[in-house]
Amino acid sequence: MSVTLMIEILVAIAAFGMLGRSAAQTNWRDSSVGNILGFGVAALILVYLCYVYFYTQGQFMRWLIQGVVIAGVLGFLFKKLGEFVGTQGTRKLFRSMPVTASFGILVILTYAIVAIFAPWIAPYGEEQVFEGVFNTLPGGAAVGGDDRFPLGTDQLGRDLLSRLIYGARNTVGIAFVTTCLTFLLGATFGFLAAILGGWFDQIVSRIVDALMAIPQLIFALLLMTAATTIALNMAADGPVSILFGLVEISGRALVTIFMVIIIAVLDSTRVFRLSRAVGQNIVVMDYIEAAKLRGETLLYLVFREILPNAYAPLLAEFGLRFCFVFLTIAALSFLGIGIQPPLADWGTMVRDLSQFINFAAFVPLAAALPLMAAGAIALLTIAVNFVVDWMLHRSSGLKE
Amino acid sequence: MSDQLVKVRGLKIEGRSDETWNQIVNGVDLDLNRGEVLGLIGESGAGKSTIGLAAMGFTRDGCRISGGSVEFDGIDLVNASAAQKRALLGKRIAYVAQSAAASFNPAHKIIDQHTEAPVQHRVDNKSSSEKDAMELYRKLRLPNPDEIGFRYPHQVSGGQLQRAMTAMAMSCRPDLIIFDEPTTALDVTTQIEVLASIRDIVEQFNTAAIYITHDLAVVAQMADKIKVLLKGDEVEEADTRTMLTNPTEDYTKSLWAVRSFLRDQKPAPAKDAVPVISVENVDGAYGPVQVLWDVSFDIHEGRTVAVVGESGSGKSTTARCITGLLPPIGGKMKLDGQDLPLDYRRRSKDQLRQIQMIYQMADTALNPRKSIGEIIGRPVEFYMGLRGSSKRKRVDELLEQIELDPKVYYNRLPSELSGGQKQRIGIARALAAEPKFIICDEVTSALDQLVAEGILKLLARLQDELKLSYMFITHDLATVRAIADEVVVMKDGRVVEAGPKDEMFSPPHHAYTDLLLSSVPEMDPDWLTNLLQERGTDNIGDAALEKMGGQ
Repeated sequence: MSVTLMIEILVAIAAFGMLGRSAAQTNWRDSSVGNILGFGVAALILVYLCYVYFYTQGQFMRWLIQGVVIAGVLGFLFKKLGEFVGTQGTRKLFRSMPVTASFGILVILTYAIVAIFAPWIAPYGEEQVFEGVFNTLPGGAAVGGDDRFPLGTDQLGRDLLSRLIYGARNTVGIAFVTTCLTFLLGATFGFLAAILGGWFDQIVSRIVDALMAIPQLIFALLLMTAATTIALNMAADGPVSILFGLVEISGRALVTIFMVIIIAVLDSTRVFRLSRAVGQNIVVMDYIEAAKLRGETLLYLVFREILPNAYAPLLAEFGLRFCFVFLTIAALSFLGIGIQPPLADWGTMVRDLSQFINFAAFVPLAAALPLMAAGAIALLTIAVNFVVDWMLHRSSGLKE
Repeated sequence: MSDQLVKVRGLKIEGRSDETWNQIVNGVDLDLNRGEVLGLIGESGAGKSTIGLAAMGFTRDGCRISGGSVEFDGIDLVNASAAQKRALLGKRIAYVAQSAAASFNPAHKIIDQHTEAPVQHRVDNKSSSEKDAMELYRKLRLPNPDEIGFRYPHQVSGGQLQRAMTAMAMSCRPDLIIFDEPTTALDVTTQIEVLASIRDIVEQFNTAAIYITHDLAVVAQMADKIKVLLKGDEVEEADTRTMLTNPTEDYTKSLWAVRSFLRDQKPAPAKDAVPVISVENVDGAYGPVQVLWDVSFDIHEGRTVAVVGESGSGKSTTARCITGLLPPIGGKMKLDGQDLPLDYRRRSKDQLRQIQMIYQMADTALNPRKSIGEIIGRPVEFYMGLRGSSKRKRVDELLEQIELDPKVYYNRLPSELSGGQKQRIGIARALAAEPKFIICDEVTSALDQLVAEGILKLLARLQDELKLSYMFITHDLATVRAIADEVVVMKDGRVVEAGPKDEMFSPPHHAYTDLLLSSVPEMDPDWLTNLLQERGTDNIGDAALEKMGGQ
């Protein structure tokens, strides 16, 4: 597109806006030229996308557009369903919900169901290896794949669909546990720092500052390298018993537990900062003073008086933090020190299949192999963010 | 140029809540001529601020004008474009908000904010509008008028800031100024000088004004005519004198009668009676800064001691010392003749139970995420050990005591109650501990007068029934007159004067008590004029306080 054409289009939009401003009697009149320009550009992009979809050959772009449209429709249908099914409260919730949020909830629910029922949904086991079917293309026999493996196989001959499904369980499950631990640590210390103040606040805050000063991923890498060595040494002579001999676990699982703890501690610094700030605003309220004067214990103050008033920001932060933890785990696994093979994990899957991206120009379907796992990560991240955005909006709107 | 400046016909405004539009102003007419001052009065929720803002063609977020017309000097403001309104607002219509401290931008000097409007509207250039600002400051009797504008908002006192804001509204010599409760947040002594200067400047420049307030005595000094509003409807309108002497509607009469509640002073306690609370030579400090010096008073069973003074006089700090939240650095306190540990953490559960507190802002005093049943039930469970149905029964009893229906209110959240109801819940929570002594910290100052009177009556009744002792912190002398048995006057962290109510309200007074008493506005429209003549214009507010400090 030439520069002159673009300028002409911009001028046309601006002229259109001016015309509308002088003619209309609604909000349109009072909106700025920049706003109208934005609307015009958005309309242009829409037209361009239609053009790409119907008149060009780009397969991935078409999939993307189809995906967005289908997501929108699914979200809308789910919202409508929520408006008619459920209790009074949830119905009201769904009615005021944007389509993005209902789509996000739908995706999260789907992931949860897949993760919980993985052994029943997956056609094969996560570690099951098939002879002679390395790197099968997705899409079945019609496009050069194998009908037994609708999403293809990896370089060892394991079914990718099954591994994606089990990966939901491992990656999402571990991320969820880690995030919960993060919040338990961060919020408890944050609220205590807010109530107690003084030297307790000083000590904890400075420790947190020190932890936050080191780049998180590099620090996690460093600690994980050390933890892996320790774990493998501990488990050198067979399974280790933890929790006073109640449970026996292998060295591999021990690495995962260390990873959960390391990421939880590093990430809890952010939660600490947030809950301390939120807590400090609540602690000055008269009802906290009244509870103190009543002689209530510290735990009652934290969990019964402060926590209920901090739900909204904490819940929103939970969503965001979950995404970050999830991405950190995927990144660590991608680098080879996170979740250990042969456990299925999306980060590891992306790493193992990453070289197929190079074949995209010759065999587009081959490039889809690593993108499926990456897409699963991206989709969940986007879905969680949609829901979090909506909750943030709601909680800020509820403040009178 | 016609004489009529503002003409509002059948104004309807809707507000959005719970996803529906509810009408909050139901067709109000309003006329205002040049140079005239209209007082809008009513309880909170009567729509007085909303109407005042609508006269500028403006509505708050979540509100919209749904019907009627607003004309300003022949310009239709309802259908005006943003550009048209921008040309008017600030230049020909100005607004003075309730809290100047919250309305000034703390990051800029006062005079820079003052000159912004004239420069923006190309009325004046920066340097000459600065000169004009100093001139206005002088007219408004601000101290150091040539210098004060170059301070930041936090370096100036509340009353001075409110006057600086009035000066700012005047900067373009507007035809109309809307005052939205400009003195509500101020002490009585500073209120006077703000009122006097607003009245002067409005007269000098022949500016029309809409004066919104819930204080009848204030509006009586300021307005030429008064419009009474109730729940978005006009009750009546008349010129000030007629309205004050001869209101026609029942609602107006009830507003006028509010200040009639009066309790007789109880006889003095027996000489050898042991006071419920005695405060002996208490010194208090925030960190290294001492704020209380040698405060002493006794409170006997079944009696109310009112502690009065301006903001910063140490009334609330005294309360914090008694509750133990701010342990005093000197002196001691006794509960029923027994020594009371200074820090609340070292007090026994029973000692904590005996001293309860009711707060000024019921909004922040009740946990917004807990139901009324939980809020009142907690002290019942905590102190009395009641659970299950016996707890429920006790909570129901308490709710009945504060005249709220348990069936209706038990499961509600604080946000579903009105201001007065919230304050009643605060009282019930204090009663639930079955205390001997309750500290009431400005409990009525955030409430409308009718509602406040209800709360005062309730407190008085409870005192008679339960033999409670109150420490009643307030800056409102009308409240003191209504409910107190004894009065303690505080200034700058010291007790200036103390004694039975009847003695305190009859001369001779301590000079400061005298200043406080004479600064309380009365319903007489000539009160301010007379007072200014009597005291002289340079002997009110801060100036008078300074003089007293020099004595």
